[in-house]
Amino acid sequence: MSPLKIKKGSTSHSAYNLHSGYGDVTERHTLAILVENEPGVLARVIGLFAGRGYNIESLTVAETDHEGHRSRITIVTSGTPQVITQIKAQLGRIVPVHEVHDLTVDGPSVERELALFKVAGKGDARIEAVRLADIFRANVVDSTLESFIFEVTGTSEKIDAFAELMRPLGLVEVVRTGIAALSRGN
Amino acid sequence: MSKAMTGAKMVVQALVDQGVDVVFGYPGGAVLPIYDEIFQQNHIQHVLVRHEQAAVHAAEGYARSTGKPGVALVTSGPGATNAVTGLTDALMDSIPIIVLTGQVPTFMIGSDAFQEADTVGITRPCTKHNWLVKETDDLARVLHEAFHVATSGRPGPVLIDIPKDVQFATGKYTEKKARKSYYQPQVKGDITSITELAAAMEKAKRPIFYTGGGVINSGPAASQLLRELVAATNFPVTSTLMGLGAYPASGDNWLGMLGMHGLYEANMAMHGCDLMINIGARFDDRITGTLDKFSPNSKKAHIDIDVSSINKVVHVDIPIVGDVAHVLEDLLKVWKSRGRKTNVEGLSKWWDQINEWRKVDCLKFKQEGKIIKPQYALQRLEALTKGHDRYITTEVGQHQMWAAQYLGFEDPNRWMTSGGLGTMGYGFPASVGVQMAHRDALVINVAGEASWLMNMQEMGTTMQYGLPVKQFILNNERLGMVRQWQQLLHGERYSSSWSESLPDFVKLAEAFGAKGIRCDDPANLDDAIMEMINYDGPVVFDCLVEKHENCFPMIPSGKPHNEMLLGDASTEGAIQGAGQALV
Ligand SMILES: Cc1cc2nc3c(=O)[nH]c(=O)nc-3n(C[C@H](O)[C@H](O)[C@H](O)COP(=O)(O)OP(=O)(O)OC[C@H]3O[C@@H](n4cnc5c(N)ncnc54)[C@H](O)[C@@H]3O)c2cc1C
Ligand SMILES: Cc1ncc(C[n+]2csc(CCOP(=O)(O)OP(=O)(O)O)c2C)c(N)n1
Repeated sequence: MSPLKIKKGSTSHSAYNLHSGYGDVTERHTLAILVENEPGVLARVIGLFAGRGYNIESLTVAETDHEGHRSRITIVTSGTPQVITQIKAQLGRIVPVHEVHDLTVDGPSVERELALFKVAGKGDARIEAVRLADIFRANVVDSTLESFIFEVTGTSEKIDAFAELMRPLGLVEVVRTGIAALSRGN
Repeated sequence: MSKAMTGAKMVVQALVDQGVDVVFGYPGGAVLPIYDEIFQQNHIQHVLVRHEQAAVHAAEGYARSTGKPGVALVTSGPGATNAVTGLTDALMDSIPIIVLTGQVPTFMIGSDAFQEADTVGITRPCTKHNWLVKETDDLARVLHEAFHVATSGRPGPVLIDIPKDVQFATGKYTEKKARKSYYQPQVKGDITSITELAAAMEKAKRPIFYTGGGVINSGPAASQLLRELVAATNFPVTSTLMGLGAYPASGDNWLGMLGMHGLYEANMAMHGCDLMINIGARFDDRITGTLDKFSPNSKKAHIDIDVSSINKVVHVDIPIVGDVAHVLEDLLKVWKSRGRKTNVEGLSKWWDQINEWRKVDCLKFKQEGKIIKPQYALQRLEALTKGHDRYITTEVGQHQMWAAQYLGFEDPNRWMTSGGLGTMGYGFPASVGVQMAHRDALVINVAGEASWLMNMQEMGTTMQYGLPVKQFILNNERLGMVRQWQQLLHGERYSSSWSESLPDFVKLAEAFGAKGIRCDDPANLDDAIMEMINYDGPVVFDCLVEKHENCFPMIPSGKPHNEMLLGDASTEGAIQGAGQALV
């Protein structure tokens, strides 16, 4: 397991108030959690977040190593630095959790999300939707005379931006996979 | 090597292979195959408790008093749900226990079958880990893994849910050592941090060891090393409720328990220290009081096997992740090799200051008149049982705090109490578990009458197995701790804190065939206690005490250590503002 970094502080800040928290800037972190693929393991991870009041902004999970019985859970969470450290430590003590990686601090990483957008419309709106989809390198994966389904892959920001543009053009439904992330290099 | 056998037989085989000699349990439809196997062997004794909660607390008492894991066996549905309080208790106090539950057969799971409950779902947040075993071939492996998980790293409760068809079916039994577990927590501390701590110890003018349950969890070697370290450095030492006995109460450097109801000198020293060395304690809110005023001028080191305990509530300067015994051994080595230095001059002034605080004599009380003070009862109990091979359990409330203050513990594993969860009803079944492990010892449960009633059905168990446990009830006819808070916090409106309609405890004992003793006169107390000690069998001792005694010292919620209330202080308006919301 990657050693969890425990930040040292100055003695003058040795005690903090539970309510305000020291270092109260909220940070967003992407965690990659490698787990033993056994029943209930996802419930344990999610139960930890619910039970201790941590945020989950995005969650993806799938088996990544069939032979080795490993799954990879990617969670985007937010909290003060102290809360983030606690989340990682708490995850680390779940028995079937093998490794916890904080992709946000471990160095550069790549994050991608896939989304499907159903957009219905006629006339100019329909043409404009296809034009914008092209700019975003979205694929048309289904079309009827009155609707399209676009597939977009990219960062969450790119997908947010695409959603904004589609809204006035007849956006009916969106589904997003949540974030998949890998650290760069080896 | 693997042998074929039924799942039920595997359970018994695995317990035997793990060195288990006692199982506390209660049968039901979903565990009958296991009970059938237990019936047909002589290695393991089954103790039939009278309620599944008691089975789990008994297993906890067994575990805490021996250092070995405790085992409980209960049926599906209500058996499993009754075990939940005990599991949560063991999780909070880091007690290694293995709870086996029966489950409806695999093909009926999810159908709301008779006595079906989602046991692994319900107990997921209150176990260190749990398993639902769906194949008999996996059962032996999971059983052995469960013992490993319960006892390694930070100990805790685990649960195995075994469907009835898995118990009946035949599968391969795998031996204990067959597979190495992937769960291998770190026990050695980082030597750079240990050296940093040794260097801080050399300079410290006002150091203190703040020790906790982790020293007991780590085993007898840890207590031994702690004693060596204290003797070598001459630093003062205090402990949490959970760590009592790791350092002997008769030791020169002992300051007594710290925290909300801790000793004045211990809390003042924590507040004023310049180096706090936390050894296996978790900065619980009963210890820290208000966090922004907690020991404001100290450098803090923390030795803990669980990374998540470090920096959870209090920010520390020297974190050391590892097992207490391993880390203390290295710390002693490093500190000695650097020349065994301490700041002798600073230390001597520190001791002068501590001795001033000691003069406050914060535990003093006056036993006058015809009514027994609870403190006096415990002082006499201490004096009269001191030389015995003694184990103490407690229930939860004022009596628990007085027991921690007035009884002295010379060794680890002699003190069993529910600290983290504060479970009323813990002490009696825990005393059953302790006595099962130490048949010839003097086992005393210091109880309040209200707590004791929560699991008093265990009288049946003590009689059936001839367990001479002594139930020492400090009967104030009040939910004393609640009443004390209502007095301090809720304008003396004593809402439902009276123990009404109490039974006659002497007759109650006699109804079970045990001995009952009542004492309401300080002049007779010694004789009555001696009668209890000398009686060969279970005793219920109804000690009628002062009804409105408050437990002091006390750090009111929301206050720092140096604002603690002593017995003679005015308590009016002691808890105000934000403190009122705290528990
Ligand atoms: C009515 C009431 C009043 C109370 N008042 C007080 C009070 O005044 N004072 C007080 O002290 N308590 C009090 N308590 C108890 C309190 O609630 C906590 O249970 C207690 O303080 C916690 O003790 P601890 O810090 O030693 O931690 P424990 O709960 O014993 O935890 C042990 C710590 O050690 C670590 N550990 C475990 N094994 C190892 C190992 N092998 N090596 C290294 N580390 C290890 C664990 O990870 C954990 O962090 C009270 C309880 C009740 C019910
Ligand atoms: C199961 C449970 N319910 C409620 C409480 C809250 N509580 C804490 S102490 C206490 C009163 C205990 O009374 P008693 O056992 O008579 O002990 P005393 O305080 O009088 O010594 C109560 C109700 C608890 N700790 N546990």
